[in-house]
Amino acid sequence: MPSEDLVADHVLEFPGGYTRTTGPVIGRFLTELRDGRILGVRTQEGRVLVPPLEYDPGTGDPVTGEWVEVGPSGTLAAWSWVHEPRPQHPLDRPFAWALIKLDGADTCLVHAVDAGDPKTLRPGTRVRPRWSAERTGSITDIACFVPEVTRIVSPVRVPYKIRAGASLSRFLEGIRAGTFLGSRCTTCDKVYVPYRSSCPECGNAISGEVTLPDTGTVTTFAINNLPDPRAPQVPFVSAYILIDGADVPMIALLGDVPAHEVRQGMRVRAVWVPEEERTAGMGNIKWFAPTGEQDVEL
Amino acid sequence: MSNRCAVIGVGQTAYTTKRHDVSIAGLVREAALRALEDAGLTFKDIDAVVIGKAPDLFEGVMMPEAYLADALGAAGKPMMRVHTAGSVGGSTGLVGASLIQGGVHERVLVVAFEKQSESNATWALSTHLPFNASLVVGAGGYFAPHIREYIRRSGAPDHIGTLVAVKDRLNALKNPYAHLKIPGINREMVESTPMLWEPIRYLETCPSSDGACAMVLSSESKVTGTPAWVLGTAMRSEPIFRAGRDTVNPQGGKDCAADVYAQAGITDPRRELDVAEVYVPFSWYEPMWLENLGFAAEGEGWKLTESGATALDGDIPWNASGGVLSSNPIGASGLIRFAEAAQQVRGMAGEHQVDGARRALGHAYGGGAQFFAMWIVGSRKP
Repeated sequence: MPSEDLVADHVLEFPGGYTRTTGPVIGRFLTELRDGRILGVRTQEGRVLVPPLEYDPGTGDPVTGEWVEVGPSGTLAAWSWVHEPRPQHPLDRPFAWALIKLDGADTCLVHAVDAGDPKTLRPGTRVRPRWSAERTGSITDIACFVPEVTRIVSPVRVPYKIRAGASLSRFLEGIRAGTFLGSRCTTCDKVYVPYRSSCPECGNAISGEVTLPDTGTVTTFAINNLPDPRAPQVPFVSAYILIDGADVPMIALLGDVPAHEVRQGMRVRAVWVPEEERTAGMGNIKWFAPTGEQDVEL
Repeated sequence: MSNRCAVIGVGQTAYTTKRHDVSIAGLVREAALRALEDAGLTFKDIDAVVIGKAPDLFEGVMMPEAYLADALGAAGKPMMRVHTAGSVGGSTGLVGASLIQGGVHERVLVVAFEKQSESNATWALSTHLPFNASLVVGAGGYFAPHIREYIRRSGAPDHIGTLVAVKDRLNALKNPYAHLKIPGINREMVESTPMLWEPIRYLETCPSSDGACAMVLSSESKVTGTPAWVLGTAMRSEPIFRAGRDTVNPQGGKDCAADVYAQAGITDPRRELDVAEVYVPFSWYEPMWLENLGFAAEGEGWKLTESGATALDGDIPWNASGGVLSSNPIGASGLIRFAEAAQQVRGMAGEHQVDGARRALGHAYGGGAQFFAMWIVGSRKP
């Protein structure tokens, strides 16, 4: 009794490969392809077949002798995404087998589309052939189709240094020390905070520095439901806060209070980060929090 | 006295979220060619080009005016760019008009655009500079507190913003160029959308649009076709951080309106104007600007909105085109207001035409409600 199945590999291959006599129609198509042109043939009914056939599949009539150059661009009619290409596939990365209707053709050509991401493909996506480096007169003279260029990414990145300037630097020194520095325009008798050295109303230079308390009143506010990297959570409240003694409000984050309990006229005080963590920046103020005092009449 | 100026051609693109089929150059040219066609002219008939758009950071193209000279047929001609933030479309129209009124040119092409789909305007408006902890998130984050203050001061009921959001979108259904078309839009639909920057709901804000608008402006002797005559032009600005600045009812807007009304001989805008195209990017800005522009007394604007007076069939329709709430290619939005005002008095506004409109206001504002541009156009030569 045989102890195992007798198994052997065998290859059936005609030495040198079969030939295919193209006939005049397919031969013309492949010859043009070798020259980088895609041609279709017109049927007696007037349709343009791409790839061409010798006999109209609808009627059985021979096609006419009229050749029509089509494409090279076309639109995607349908496709199937190949996640894991096989060794004999035209591309070694995921691609689509697609039905492509070349411009001027009435039928679709099957070919591979190299699109990278299946999400970029839609019915109607415009594609164009990528030709093989060496063409021999074969459908693989078109290596694959690729989407047309419709959009490019234009990265713009401008690194630069921002100098705070004399006025803002002075204000931020105050913030490092846990105080709000303002300045009084003696012409208008208005107190500006942050500290500034010219009056936006009259244009005069301001010299008088004023130290303001870290308390104020919410004049108005927004409840933001869109996330922001500078806010601890959503929703967060950005408020106009009129610091006591100032004549212009500052915009700042409110905290330690549910968003829907914030009121116009609410009294608030700055919540400072611990002294050892402070820098010359507005990050020293965590947010403003209610003082619990009675609201101010606006 | 200045020379007479007329609008003789208007061109708009259909506003939409993404115009992936055209470059910025293709977009502005589309509007320009339509304006020229309307005027029965070609680029050869134009003496100078004025172009406007909002900050360069929106598309990341520095000095787009230089690159767009070819697309706008400006070779060998004066070309300049205008920039006044969101009001820039209006300012662009006014700079063009001033070139005619001052006798410098006979025909000026004005164009404004934005292609918002190339980046994100909220990003561009919230760049988080060092040292600064200003917590403003986009335009909505900036304007929401001022709307809240308007509601507090005026005692307006909550639904006023909703009414404007519905009214302008109903008008948009009649405008072939409008971006947001929401069949069946009603109060429930608006109220069911989330608060983005309370008190502003999603459907109480403007969309992000790609689009361009163009106009051909002409001196009196070069008028072709149906003119809309410029009866008054005014611009104002004010510093954003001025102590005592009224951010709800800005002085700059009041002064600008007083100036443009005086030029046009208008003392009662609600009765003497037939239609107004006013920059309302958040619905509550309709009642706010009704007061700022003198259509209603202070604190009373919301009553005018509530009464239906500003609807298409009201006695003073506001934003018959659907307004900024329905289409917002930012840089173009002001010029669209000016152009729609012109179309109304030319009798060429189509389905959203206000019957017999003879005088119309075009309005734009920008920045932190600190730049204002307005014009009044009329069907009769001044």
